[in-house]
Amino acid sequence: MMCDICNKREATVHLTEIINDKVTKMHLCEACAKEKGEEMETHFGISDLLQGLADFGVPHEVKGKKNLKCAACGFMFSDFQKIGRLGCPKCYDSFAPQLVPLLKRIHGSDRHMGKLALKMEKGKQQPSRVQELQELKIKLQEAIAGEAFEEAVVIRDKIRQLENSLGQREDNENR
Amino acid sequence: MKIDNLLYKESEWLKGTGPKANTVISSRIRLARNVDGYNFFTTASPETKRKIFDDIQAAVKKCKTLKGASLLSMKEITELDRQFLVERHLMSLEHVAEPESKGLVLDDKEVVSIMINEEDHLRIQVLQSGFNLTEAWRIIDAIDNDLAERLRFAFSPRYGFLTACPTNTGTGLRGSVMLHLPALAMTNQLNSVFQAISKLGLTIRGLYGEGTEATGEFYQISNQVTLGYSETDLIDNIEKIISRIIGRENTTRASLLSKNKEEITDKVWRAMGTLRSARIITSNETITLLSTIRLGIDLAIIKEPDVKVLNELFILMQPAHLQKLEGKALSPQERDVKRAALIREKLKS
Repeated sequence: MMCDICNKREATVHLTEIINDKVTKMHLCEACAKEKGEEMETHFGISDLLQGLADFGVPHEVKGKKNLKCAACGFMFSDFQKIGRLGCPKCYDSFAPQLVPLLKRIHGSDRHMGKLALKMEKGKQQPSRVQELQELKIKLQEAIAGEAFEEAVVIRDKIRQLENSLGQREDNENR
Repeated sequence: MKIDNLLYKESEWLKGTGPKANTVISSRIRLARNVDGYNFFTTASPETKRKIFDDIQAAVKKCKTLKGASLLSMKEITELDRQFLVERHLMSLEHVAEPESKGLVLDDKEVVSIMINEEDHLRIQVLQSGFNLTEAWRIIDAIDNDLAERLRFAFSPRYGFLTACPTNTGTGLRGSVMLHLPALAMTNQLNSVFQAISKLGLTIRGLYGEGTEATGEFYQISNQVTLGYSETDLIDNIEKIISRIIGRENTTRASLLSKNKEEITDKVWRAMGTLRSARIITSNETITLLSTIRLGIDLAIIKEPDVKVLNELFILMQPAHLQKLEGKALSPQERDVKRAALIREKLKS
């Protein structure tokens, strides 16, 4: 898709503008988007584009739900769409159906592959279990991708078991 | 720590001694972390923000990796001082406003800085001179582990470190390299480089980070993706791509010199002439001219000044630095006069 303004470069920024209740969508290249951003006199970081992205790939039944609220902090999903920031760490679970497609859109992935939180590792030997869970989840994806469904079922059950035991642990630690 | 002491001190990252210092000014890694059990900064109540500050302060004091570092409370220092710290790349512009419960941990070499209560509870940063993300990672990883022994970070096995903005989730790692790319700019190759970069999960910004304009052909390139890869893979990706860009910049510099030697030599000496003679000069013009001088030194067109002096000027010629040097508030016009005088003094032949 070409940029709506210069029509020369590939459009990589997709902007939704609401003027007098009328929604206009614009597809811009980086350079024109930058100019447009300056024009609006706001600083134009990726978080400001989240509003346009926040609905991407979200199933219709989820999209339709209004007034989604985080059970832990009371933050509204609609506020996230406005400010591009979440309310608390638990928002990630509260808004998982909305956030997972968004994370995939931003990062091309929704699975952490980096280092683990040390405090979890030290507390009650969680490291190996957390690691194991991560590995199992990856295996599950691979099994599904390779259409090895019987294997996938076995892995899924293992994940559930492990998640349950980890969940209890976390609850205990959180008191 | 007395902030004024920094004024006459040379930051570690400005020494101009690191790897590939002719094209790379500095390498920086930052990690975004939040303390578990609290709201993120934007939605936290004033009491919560204070508690977060206290928790982090207590943890920082116990960290071996942060021994000797100072903790500055933003509300206890002037806005000019805060601006001054932004100009030294030790904290973000966002950290200047609403100083309540905001803090900055700073080591005396200006290698490590930790913003407390920015968008995330902790923004840990390590700066290195030249192209050296690997060393920056080694240092920051140790600090992160040290802090993690004393603070329970918001973490999910699936999503990794949980951050206020989903663009930082996972590793919370942003690696950025500040590059000087005058030859690619002169030969109009930058656009294609930038287009390629965006397809490889990297992004490009101006001198002072998000939302700033690129001046003097200085660019910051950093990773956009933070989730789905390990920290070392992310760093490896940036390093590989930037190595290619550096290679391209260097071959273009060499070919420019062989094909357009007179033009370039003229440009460099004119820049020097202006800097040595000007009585009034804006920061934008200064950056552009210093950029040309920097290229001239690398191409051996001129021998002086030392890159160290250029780097020093880059920092000192900024508004808050000039005002601190002068010891009083200066209007933009007065700053342009003071700046010109400072440059003439530093570049005296």
